[in-house]
Amino acid sequence: MSSGAIERFDNKARETFEHLGQNTVYRGELLRHPVYTRVLHWTVALFFFLALFTGFALYSPFLFHWITPIFGGGQLTRTLHPYFGTAFVFFFAFQVLNWIRPMLWTAADSRWMGNVKKITTGEEKMDPPETGFFNAGQKVLFWLDVGGSVAYIITGTILWAGAGVFGATAVAVSYVIHDLAAIVMVGGILIHIYQSTIGEPGTFQSMVRGAVSEAWAWTFHPAWYKEVTGRDPVQACEEARRRMAK
Amino acid sequence: MPDRKALQAEMISGHSGPSSGLGMQRDLEVCKLVDTTTCIGCKACEVACVEWNDMPFSLTTFDNTYQTMPETRWNFWNLIKFNEHQNPDGTIQWLMRKDQCMHCADPGCLAACPADGAIVKYANGIVDFNQENCIGCEFCVSGCPFNIPRFNPATKRVYKCTLCSDRVGEGLEPACIKACPTGCLKFGSKDDMKFIAEERSKQLRDNFGWKNAGVYDPQSVGGTHVIYVLHDATDPERYGGLPKNPTIPWSYKLWKQLFKPVLGAFAIFGALGIFIHHVTTGPRVAQPEPPKKDGTDIGGSY
Repeated sequence: MSSGAIERFDNKARETFEHLGQNTVYRGELLRHPVYTRVLHWTVALFFFLALFTGFALYSPFLFHWITPIFGGGQLTRTLHPYFGTAFVFFFAFQVLNWIRPMLWTAADSRWMGNVKKITTGEEKMDPPETGFFNAGQKVLFWLDVGGSVAYIITGTILWAGAGVFGATAVAVSYVIHDLAAIVMVGGILIHIYQSTIGEPGTFQSMVRGAVSEAWAWTFHPAWYKEVTGRDPVQACEEARRRMAK
Repeated sequence: MPDRKALQAEMISGHSGPSSGLGMQRDLEVCKLVDTTTCIGCKACEVACVEWNDMPFSLTTFDNTYQTMPETRWNFWNLIKFNEHQNPDGTIQWLMRKDQCMHCADPGCLAACPADGAIVKYANGIVDFNQENCIGCEFCVSGCPFNIPRFNPATKRVYKCTLCSDRVGEGLEPACIKACPTGCLKFGSKDDMKFIAEERSKQLRDNFGWKNAGVYDPQSVGGTHVIYVLHDATDPERYGGLPKNPTIPWSYKLWKQLFKPVLGAFAIFGALGIFIHHVTTGPRVAQPEPPKKDGTDIGGSY
């Protein structure tokens, strides 16, 4: 599929979904995620967690045997897990199409990563001015999930078909890779959930009603703020500070 | 299993002085001996297995051999494998080997199984599946070097030979042993079976011209509780793919015993780290923050 075709598909999908839901953007706010993005995000999240929790029960029934009754017992948990996983990868593929352009890695992201310690310790109150629609951390999670999904497809197919089709060695190796991919993804998701809720307040609403405050935008995604409003983020922040002090 | 001590002699009536054999006991480990040199391929063991374990009829497959079906099935645990082997001198050997679970001392299925209590190895050497705990993930299939566990799609559980653990627990021999008409199948303690097998191998080597006759009890899985006497122990593959060096995939041992708990601990510490970050560093908030209040704080008396 050429990039033009992807663009046309995404635009059509976004247009269609705008009629199915609505964005609530109050004065002083910016639209961040349209309906299509939000629906995709939560569909992916739903199947991710269904696959994750059925996966927990398979990873260690010793610890997670209490999960299996929720899915109808050990055997049904095992049966459902690959379907949940397939659904996750399927919907995530649309999310990849939707986000592949803003998720491309740039030199600014490498600089952001070099600065990551100051950002996580709160030393830098605002993100670097060149931080765009997604910051480097979000891009790392995105590409980690892309890599993980590829690993899931390959190893998951082998595990699903079983030793009878692919041989015992293939299953034994796939089992380890499948687990590793899951552990890496869980680590990423834990940080993602933290950052998008209590870690950076004001973020969660962007995935619920689609909007963020302008202050949020110039603090965490200054280059994106500049792109959509045409105003300088640092200057806007200083103006707000002066208004507040009055 | 009866208590091991119950079978030891403690006192002997009308016996003066120290009695011989006090405190001695037989080996607890059981073993099935299959002498492939005296098997006649009558399949009585196959029928006995299906009968005793009350398994439903299974359609047979005819593929121009005497073999009932190509592989064992979830409801057919005991299969005589018929193989025609051509020797270098042009002569033909018709080999018959009873294929079933080998009941390894170091079971690969058990190492691979993630389900709590689905596979159990008893002190007497029997490796048994508890289907009520089986989740049907089929990892045991890939962990088994003998290709034995079989998945039943209808019940979503895995089945295999139990070495008639129900019969052995009551002091009976397995059903297949009871049915064998030639004495090619024997059942007893591992020591005894090993002894008989070695004697028979020696007999085959010395008196029957089978220079390479020997016992199949692969040490790569810690020995098995089903052992074979083979005409040629140097080439077990010819007996329907009996592996010369059966091994358990390394990943199961290394991954499950080391990395799984270590990485699981990492995940817990990761979640803990996020919590600590939140209570120490705190959230990053949109700038500018409201100006700090100066003067005395009001409220918070308790």
